[in-house]
Amino acid sequence: MNQDSTNIVIGVLALQGDFAEHIKMLEQCGVSAKAVRYAEELDHIDGLIIPGGESTAVAKLTDEGSAPIFSAIKAKIAPSEKIGASSVLPMPVYGTCMGSIFLAKEIEGSSQGRLAVMDIKVKRNAFGPQRRSFESDLKIDALGAEAFPAVFIRAPVIVECGQKVQVLSAIDEGIVMARQDTLLVTAFHPEITNDLRVHQYFLGMVQEYRQALSNAVRDSQVPEPVQV
Amino acid sequence: MSTVIKPRTGTKLVKEALAQMLKGGVIMDVVNAEQAKIAEEAGAVAVMALERVPADIRADGGVARMSDPELIIQILESVSIPVMAKARIGHFVEAQILESLGVDCVDESEVLTPADEEFHIDKSQFTIPFVCGAKNLGEALRRIGEGAAMMRTKGEAGTGDVVEAVRHARTILGEIRRLHGMPKEELMSYAKNIGAPYDLVVKVAAEGKLPVVNFAAGGIATPADAALMMQLGVDGVFVGSGIFKSGNPMQRAQAIVKATTFYKDPEVLAKVSRNLGEAMVGRNCRDLAPSENLASRGW
Repeated sequence: MNQDSTNIVIGVLALQGDFAEHIKMLEQCGVSAKAVRYAEELDHIDGLIIPGGESTAVAKLTDEGSAPIFSAIKAKIAPSEKIGASSVLPMPVYGTCMGSIFLAKEIEGSSQGRLAVMDIKVKRNAFGPQRRSFESDLKIDALGAEAFPAVFIRAPVIVECGQKVQVLSAIDEGIVMARQDTLLVTAFHPEITNDLRVHQYFLGMVQEYRQALSNAVRDSQVPEPVQV
Repeated sequence: MSTVIKPRTGTKLVKEALAQMLKGGVIMDVVNAEQAKIAEEAGAVAVMALERVPADIRADGGVARMSDPELIIQILESVSIPVMAKARIGHFVEAQILESLGVDCVDESEVLTPADEEFHIDKSQFTIPFVCGAKNLGEALRRIGEGAAMMRTKGEAGTGDVVEAVRHARTILGEIRRLHGMPKEELMSYAKNIGAPYDLVVKVAAEGKLPVVNFAAGGIATPADAALMMQLGVDGVFVGSGIFKSGNPMQRAQAIVKATTFYKDPEVLAKVSRNLGEAMVGRNCRDLAPSENLASRGW
């Protein structure tokens, strides 16, 4: 982490699921984390994590408060308008398990409510019932030489992805970690292990975003050349 | 670039993680596929399959057992959320059958008639996780010592009276608060006095929380009941008879789901509590005969 990591604030969607585990991981990484239940709580965060949980349940919980939270998240991921002088840049979002389902453009055999921003097709519950849930040591080049302790709980896999999607890890059943620009997904749950590397990788994406944002602000403040 | 992996199934971590994904959610009792679909549509994080809801078990009397496997299969085929099912205390063969059917979690439950009045199931032998009920910390740690991956209060199922769930949650959470930070030399006697495994007592003393997820159950009938339990400090709620014994199950189920997420927001609670129709009639726990007291089952 470089010197400005201490004032990073990451929101964790806290409608249902293991959001407390993500908050604990983020705090161990040395950044601030806050639970997000309402659209207005998305202001002043530098990135968002969508945790593990039950997607059908969470899809019923997105309409409380002053504005539907999914459209507010979508506006942060795919900003269309310009605010003030600077361009608004897409905010980094990391989805674990259920989070990957909400980010996916397509869910095999389902039309449930989702953000549909990442060019992936996911298959829910790809391994079968809980007795097929498992842990395994996964080699992930982006995280270094040491294998990552990946825990899959009634997990989805990515079965198809577009050209902009970078595959970071795949097993026989499908892709289990992928990135598209500022979006990161894992089918497994690093938040219930003691290994901080996936969260640190995401925080690296957040720092890139903050750097780009401050560059954009600086560029927009360059005075117009004065005509003589 | 796909890798062949060596999957390790049924580990303690994998079993306890299922419960972690259910936190902040509502698990609803259902007796058939039609009720399971209503529960899923309303936003349940899981359904609990049983032969009769607790209020009917109380009314009908007789021996209450595991559901017909055919009904469990129909429920498994009708929803995508996790399916739990109840087995009798100590009835490890019912649990083996439930595991073979593909249920995601077994509830070794005092709501069914116990099959063994001395011993619980050795839950560590199973690939799927178990949830068990408890009235106090000693009982909770005995069940975790046997391999339970998730706990719940017992409350008094099928009454619609939340008083016992409140008592059990306050007892367990209060005991944890007192144990947290207790000097090490007092822990062995404390473990002896509450009848709990010493290593788990040491762990709770250090961490100030149960080592597994802890839900409320037994008598929750309204959105306010669910929010009360959440504010007391549980991780989620089970609702049994409270939904399908009420006048409008779908609307009440949706309201309890919202109340469990927005449990600290009285405006949302007021909004979802309006016009829910008849709550289950219920019975006061104080009026139960000793033989009707389900929470005393379990050892």
